[in-house]
Amino acid sequence: MDFDLTEEQRLLKDSVDGLLTDSYDFEQRKKYMKEKGGWSKAVWGKLAEQGLLGLPFAEADGGFGAGGVETMIVMEALGKALVLEPYLATVVIGGGFLRHGGSDAQKAAHVPGIIDGSKTFAFAQVEKNSRYDLFDVSTTAKKKGEGYVIDGEKFVVLNGENADTLIVTARTKGDRRDKTGVGVFLVPANAKGIAKKSYPTQDGLHAADITFTGVEVGSDAALGNPEDALVLIERVVDEARVALCAEAVGLMDESLKTTVEYIKTRKQFGVAIGSFQSLQHRASDMFVAAEQARSMSMFATMANDFEDAKERSNAIAAAKVQIGKSLKFVGQQSIQLHGGIGMTMEAKIGHYFKRLTMIENTFGDTEYHQRRVADAGGLI
Amino acid sequence: MDLAFTKEEQAFREEVRQFFRDNVPPDTRRKLVEGRRLSKDEMVTWWRILNKKGWGVSHWPTQYGGTGWTSVQHYIFNEELQSYPAPQPLAFGVSMVGPVIYTFGNEEQKKKYLPRIANVDDWWCQGFSEPGSGSDLASLKTKAERKGDKWIINGQKTWTTLAQHADMIFCLCRTDASAKKQMGISFIVFSMKSKGVTVRPIQTIDGGHEVNEVFFDDVEVPIENLIGEENKGWDYAKFLLGNERTGIARVGVSKERLRRIKELAGKVESGGKPIIQDSAFRDKLAACEIELKALELTQLRVVADEGKHGKGKPNPASSVLKIKGSEIQQTTTELLMEVIGPFAAPYDVHGDDGSNEAMDWTAQIAPSYFNNRKVSIYGGSNEIQRNIIAKAVLGL
Repeated sequence: MDFDLTEEQRLLKDSVDGLLTDSYDFEQRKKYMKEKGGWSKAVWGKLAEQGLLGLPFAEADGGFGAGGVETMIVMEALGKALVLEPYLATVVIGGGFLRHGGSDAQKAAHVPGIIDGSKTFAFAQVEKNSRYDLFDVSTTAKKKGEGYVIDGEKFVVLNGENADTLIVTARTKGDRRDKTGVGVFLVPANAKGIAKKSYPTQDGLHAADITFTGVEVGSDAALGNPEDALVLIERVVDEARVALCAEAVGLMDESLKTTVEYIKTRKQFGVAIGSFQSLQHRASDMFVAAEQARSMSMFATMANDFEDAKERSNAIAAAKVQIGKSLKFVGQQSIQLHGGIGMTMEAKIGHYFKRLTMIENTFGDTEYHQRRVADAGGLI
Repeated sequence: MDLAFTKEEQAFREEVRQFFRDNVPPDTRRKLVEGRRLSKDEMVTWWRILNKKGWGVSHWPTQYGGTGWTSVQHYIFNEELQSYPAPQPLAFGVSMVGPVIYTFGNEEQKKKYLPRIANVDDWWCQGFSEPGSGSDLASLKTKAERKGDKWIINGQKTWTTLAQHADMIFCLCRTDASAKKQMGISFIVFSMKSKGVTVRPIQTIDGGHEVNEVFFDDVEVPIENLIGEENKGWDYAKFLLGNERTGIARVGVSKERLRRIKELAGKVESGGKPIIQDSAFRDKLAACEIELKALELTQLRVVADEGKHGKGKPNPASSVLKIKGSEIQQTTTELLMEVIGPFAAPYDVHGDDGSNEAMDWTAQIAPSYFNNRKVSIYGGSNEIQRNIIAKAVLGL
């Protein structure tokens, strides 16, 4: 049992923290937001240069063969700096589907573009009524010749505006809520029959609602078994959840730090407001919440390697619950302790709160995952 | 990072478990499961079994009878002990005064007291809190005046846990009234059988008798009963309180109670079906289990850190463990109340001798709920823990 980073992992942490300290303060972030697509190609290029976009891929595929801990380190750092670039959508999810479900040809076609930073991905999964159930898919993929024709609507596709390739869940057979018959397809974002409505999200990222009308793809578009890919989808989304937990820990760390600094300097009644016990206790409770979240983020990172898929999913669901509860408390109280200034767009704390809030509602919120844990019979 | 225990650690866990299965008296275990009080004899009997095995004072240095286990082994032992469940060693002797004596006491004191603590030949109690000195412990007033070769002790202690069983007390006494409040305190031990010691029971809201008031009226104590240096008692008290770090989370206790809740919730009906099938109840249960998992991981982080980097200074993480650990313990007793519903009400008069066997076990659940309100108060209230985090971690 060991919770320390290895020497190599510590170096990785130093290097990604260093890169973001240099190129990602709050003022720089505002500039990146105004760039086309809402994030910085230059920063993305630096992430590629440092090898961060290739971390989880096998060495045979041109990557570094790193594990979950390395992704945790990167996601925490990205959270801390409130990074806009599509690491989750591209490396964690896009890369995840290729690693776990991609054929050699698919990997050869797509992995190099991720690693060198030239291509980004987006995961088109959410539907109007699917909410958080991954198997709830109305979009269809009908066999046509060797390939498929995709029809349907997907919503809130993160990085959907900019992605070169969409990863689309679509039903090859069965009814909307059947657990079998769901496939996953690689679809070029510029394929004929795709219509996008793009918009910024509450947390400063960008997403799109995407309509697929008679979109034709070849037989090589299917990732894994086109008639039964739910296991693959769950595997990759679990990894995305783990990554989000780590990102949230980074966000909470920075929120707490910023808030504590603020109450040490903000004066009222002639003293720093941090000298008041009611505020001290609130800050202490934030610390407790953040530490519990960190513990569960580590747990989820390690649980991701559990051999038993049920045990893995249950552990990750539990982590998402703890993270959801902690982030809500830390986020809300960060605003409260900042007072009026916390309500302004000008102060950075509100932006951390907004990103934290959106994380809760991504890939299952607290209630959703709590119910999953309960249905699985708990943890004890 | 790695969650797995080593093969040796897993084998150790099995060894500990097997020992408990073979040696914990079944009645003792059953009473703990049902939340009943144990008699003095039942506790002492078990502690002597443990001591005979060499596990009575497991965390002490080996020259005083400790085991030399790693941090992880201690963690495993405690978890198994709590979740079996078996009575935990008497903290006042084993975790509190023992370490103070082997760290600050002289050779004679070590020889005289340590083996008797290990075998519970002496039952120790803690003379810290006073009526006017709770969280502000350093304001204590109990006086020890030096007269010839004796200390003359006058004053009053309170919340003295199980003093009714005690043979010995370790006491913080003011020995220099002119010094700043933390500076004039000494750490003195003496017999509870001394002339002038009066123990008066305090009945707590659960109807039980766990704590007492202890009065000292010109109690004469031999001069050599001072531990360490005169007026340095506050340092020893801080050492003592900082010693207990990870056990305070009581993860094993809460685990055992959650198993109990699940078992009962599968039997007790609500709306014509077992309450475990009620989704609102299940969600609450799951929420508690998840909180406990997070706490267990936080505790493991502290354990692993101690194992690797040594114990060093008191770790503020212990405040996190105390706050969350107590909250979760309290939540488990709330869930038990929810499970038994109207059967929470019947009242049973407690005896300390285990004579409360007459009533159905459900009669213990409300008292346990009432009794567990103490866990966020004792050992430095949760509000004090928040002060510690604010000061020591956040620099406020």
